[in-house]
Amino acid sequence: MDPQQQKYLDALRELGEYIRNLLGGDVLRVEVAIGELTVTVKGESIARVLAHLRDDSNCCLNQLIDICGVDYPERENRFDVVYHLLSLRQNHRVRIKVEVGEGVPVPSVTGVFSAAGWFERETWDLYGILFSEHPDLRRILTDYGFEGHPMRKDFPLTGYVEVRYDDAQKRVVYEPVKLTQEFRTFDFLSPWEGAEAARAAMAPPPGETTTEPEGKS
Amino acid sequence: MAESQIENFTLNFGPQHPAAHGVLRLVLEMDGEVVERADPHIGLLHRGTEKLIEYKTYLQAVPYFDRLDYVAPMSQEHAFALAVERLLGITAPPRAQYIRVLFAEISRILNHILNITTMALDVGAMTPLLWGFEEREKLMEFYERVSGARLHAAYFRPGGVHLDMPAGLAEDILVFCDRFGPHIDDVEELLTGNRIFKQRTVDIGVVAAKDAVDWGFTGPMLRGSGIAWDLRKAQPYDVYAAMRFDVPVGKTSDCYARYLVRMEEMRQSLRIIRQAIAEMPEGPVMVPNNKIAPPSRSEMKHSMEALIHHFKLYTEGYHVPAGEVYAAVEAPKGEFGVYVVADGTNRPYRCKIRAPGFPHLQALDFMCKGHMLADVVAVIGSLDIVFGEIDR
Repeated sequence: MDPQQQKYLDALRELGEYIRNLLGGDVLRVEVAIGELTVTVKGESIARVLAHLRDDSNCCLNQLIDICGVDYPERENRFDVVYHLLSLRQNHRVRIKVEVGEGVPVPSVTGVFSAAGWFERETWDLYGILFSEHPDLRRILTDYGFEGHPMRKDFPLTGYVEVRYDDAQKRVVYEPVKLTQEFRTFDFLSPWEGAEAARAAMAPPPGETTTEPEGKS
Repeated sequence: MAESQIENFTLNFGPQHPAAHGVLRLVLEMDGEVVERADPHIGLLHRGTEKLIEYKTYLQAVPYFDRLDYVAPMSQEHAFALAVERLLGITAPPRAQYIRVLFAEISRILNHILNITTMALDVGAMTPLLWGFEEREKLMEFYERVSGARLHAAYFRPGGVHLDMPAGLAEDILVFCDRFGPHIDDVEELLTGNRIFKQRTVDIGVVAAKDAVDWGFTGPMLRGSGIAWDLRKAQPYDVYAAMRFDVPVGKTSDCYARYLVRMEEMRQSLRIIRQAIAEMPEGPVMVPNNKIAPPSRSEMKHSMEALIHHFKLYTEGYHVPAGEVYAAVEAPKGEFGVYVVADGTNRPYRCKIRAPGFPHLQALDFMCKGHMLADVVAVIGSLDIVFGEIDR
């Protein structure tokens, strides 16, 4: 591995350990994979964690880049709430994750980062993850009066209702989705070796499993 | 005289309003002519891109990125290509990286021409728009020559770019660069010193550096507030580390500063374009790996293996090893990021798109409070919002 990348990875691992010590019992897991640091923390302490990471001079994660949800229906705590943080001073990124079950609220981080407001509204809208103490938790991307949370894995791609302009009633009407052709999803998965074999063929020295982004020296 | 009850007036702005830059519905609470609260209602252009991508293979997901910020389509593809490459553990060949940088900068000029001129139109100057769109058309011709499409290019693919540039394109881009420099001067002459333009933009929508960071501002919005932060410098991707350019920074944090930053960024983009063309090496533009990149047309005519590869790539696609990655690029509007969760199959498990305009528009309430109604238009113009990416 190129020494610069090795140095970068070591710095990332060091930062992970530092965060583990800084936050103590709030941290559940720290991992470095594909050149990125992910810290999983307890849901109830997320606001405190982000405030700590923002104010600590070594982390200085002063910008909230993104909040999003991920749905794993087979898991007991089915949702992940993923926070992407960026430090403009230290020039590093950290991903903070919270696992949360259905109907369990996550404390809002709007008090720590003003930018969180809409990101949390979006996560509520698309996944139905509640954020407690959010000042204005309305739907944001879906239609007025929309029901359901469309990004959940059990929500069908085609949705439940469709709209059209009704000439007789002179207004837009909502109707259940009628598909003229049955919805088809193709399962192309085959035992073809695919990218895994290609990577093995291309990888220069054997024994390296992690990969790093280029640049970021 | 009896005491009269004064109530705030609620004004609906948009969704069909030329100064709303798309389908922005803004509910404004007015105290006379002064804005008390601005509540943007978004989602009128929501197409469920993220959901659709979950049902498509990695290659089929590429064209969705053109349709996000349709003003600078290739910048979006760039982020997705980088994310998937990182998951696959591959790097695009040098020539592909140079072509990507070249076209990312062309996209930046495309975007800034549109933003500056429409913002000028919103505050009363019509001529820059007419001049600017002629130049945009020339740039979109370059898009067409390289990818076959003026807008929805689907040109940056994981592993490189789809095809090499046609002969003569680099020379024509250089000719454009020579003519476009004086063109920026012309627009600048109309706007930068213009009394009316300055009256409408100076000291309007001031965002202190601390607030800009807190509200998640990136790109020209952050630099306009005096923070020298550019992902092309700070976390360089592709060959940006080798490019020589300066990062302009605003001093006054208002709409005028953001306009000046964008103007200077166009000049810096020209520098990068010139350098990229001058230093572009020869070689392949796609990884030499037929499990990820399709074989050439001619190869398919006589090689059975190539034909099988082609068939498998365009039906099943390639499998991406499980993992998650966040790749960000300095798109013209700010940090455009893609968070991909792969589960080892041929489709992304989750693909979150982080659009720069989303947090910018969120701060509209904060920026407009206490300003006059007419200033809202100037602020929206300087935010540089495109609803394709905000609503996704």
